Amino acid sequence: MNSVSQYRHRPSLHRQLTLAKAGERVLELFMVLVCFVTLYPIWYTVVLSLNESADTMLGGIYWWPRKFTLDSYKAVFMDKNIVKAFNITIWRTLFATVGSVFFTSMVAYAFSKRYLMGHKFYMMLGTITMFFGGGLIPYFILIKNIGLYDTFWVYVIPGLFNFWNALIFMSFFREIPTALEESAHIDGANDFTIFLKIILPISTPVLATIALFVGVWNWNDYFMGVIFVNNPDLQPIQTFLYRVIASATASRAVVAMPVGISGGQVNSQSVQLATMVVTTAPIIVIYPFLQKYFVKGIMIGSIKG
Amino acid sequence: MALLGVIWMLVFNYAPMYGIIVAFKKNYRITESLFSLSFLKTPWADSAGFQHFINFVKDPEFGNVLANTLGMSILKLLIGFPLPIAFAIMLNELRSPRFKRWVQTISYLPHFLSWVVLGGILTTWLSNTGLVNQLLMLAGLTKEGITFLAEPNYFWGIVVISDIWKELGWSAIIYLAAIVGIDPELYEAATVDGAGRFRQIFAITLPSIKGTITILFILAVGNLLNSNFDQILVLWNPLNASRANVIDIYVYHVAMRSMRYSYASAIGLFKSIVAFVLLFMADRVTKKLNDVSLF
Repeated sequence: MNSVSQYRHRPSLHRQLTLAKAGERVLELFMVLVCFVTLYPIWYTVVLSLNESADTMLGGIYWWPRKFTLDSYKAVFMDKNIVKAFNITIWRTLFATVGSVFFTSMVAYAFSKRYLMGHKFYMMLGTITMFFGGGLIPYFILIKNIGLYDTFWVYVIPGLFNFWNALIFMSFFREIPTALEESAHIDGANDFTIFLKIILPISTPVLATIALFVGVWNWNDYFMGVIFVNNPDLQPIQTFLYRVIASATASRAVVAMPVGISGGQVNSQSVQLATMVVTTAPIIVIYPFLQKYFVKGIMIGSIKG
Repeated sequence: MALLGVIWMLVFNYAPMYGIIVAFKKNYRITESLFSLSFLKTPWADSAGFQHFINFVKDPEFGNVLANTLGMSILKLLIGFPLPIAFAIMLNELRSPRFKRWVQTISYLPHFLSWVVLGGILTTWLSNTGLVNQLLMLAGLTKEGITFLAEPNYFWGIVVISDIWKELGWSAIIYLAAIVGIDPELYEAATVDGAGRFRQIFAITLPSIKGTITILFILAVGNLLNSNFDQILVLWNPLNASRANVIDIYVYHVAMRSMRYSYASAIGLFKSIVAFVLLFMADRVTKKLNDVSLF
């Protein structure tokens, strides 16, 4: 009797250890479940995009394509509008990323010099933009006013500078020993040359981090294409996809009839899925290699903020 | 070089702030230039004053729009806010570094999918012949397929769950960073004192990351009136509108469909001011309770 109550109050070391082990197993199992829930929707999309569209409608596909076909992918790459939209996405991402990283880092380099006249004023000007803004409509009016509406450059120019990213650059630039710049000054180089020839080459880690964030943001953005662009030839692939999805749900709403019965609908759904896969593939492919940069980026940002 | 940045900020950050004048005009027309003299004159002559703000509060849509915005935000705050904290703590408890790295890598991935792609996944899953209905029918829970995105009552749930699916892992990073910074000696001392893992979580881990949690909480409260526009615009449709119309969507429709730019700007300004007040209040309250504050 005595031993039992003792046992209850003070579990033996052995029992404690097995309990901990069991707890660990449960935790690991739970994490496997989280990973499954995360990956399965992506996998399922790939599976459906590889399955014959009429067959998909019969249901019952969970893990693997039943009637394998690449037809939807062929349709994606044959569709002129889709290819055009992909081109816009690629070019806008390229221009916006290179432009934004270069411009923001250049301005940040200047802002990082505390001896610069008006340094405090510049910093204040920037800090205010982190807390206040005009809102969507005045911004829209501005874009219309300065003639960026419905041009390719609306994807690039308004994104050139970002004060948040500038802060990250500044903290990096301030770590660079000034001796480097001073010797270049003596050799007669001007500030811009120093920035280009000395500062940029040694800042590749921070440049890469910011470039990744800006790049992914631009690749994934559809809203600018919805609000600032009217010309269908200028819409990026995400906007194209948004319009396809929105019109599908809207037509469902108007007719109030079950979808996915007519052949055309079926086909457009599988093409939509294939487009989604093609759109996301580049990100999934680069993601595992660059993950550590992403994480580093959010760490710097959070510490500064 | 600095000047270029200043010019850019004046144009793209400060000109829109100045453009808020639109909210006090009777009805701004898109052809009128922001930089013309007549534009500047109207706030004093021919002004609508605060009429647009009053109209918004009297707008039959006002209550509905506010309820939808707050409803989804509060659900996200109640469910979506604590989950990443729990997830970060669980990740930290994993003993195998390799396994932990794998879980992290996988759980961050959805953050990098666009809302459009996720919207496409959701419409596929939730259509009346989609996977969810297939499973419900297999389980005998429903006979007819439900088109979930066409039913207003499911909308909040879809928004909250899809948001958690996308951001759970990514939001945990910041807590994980805070946990990594905790002095390991605290845990060693606790182990010597006989504290189990659970005890350590509540006695060491959580108190140590209290500051991070508080700051993120203040920011989340400041964001209560902001919806995730990218997310809701994709999932919105006329059939679920009664539960999907949030302030941001309403502003967008008032401006882009009805061309009532002045009214839309006023609603936007109204939202920003309330959001700022909320942020400030949350900051004061946490300062009193916790001595952690933003400003």
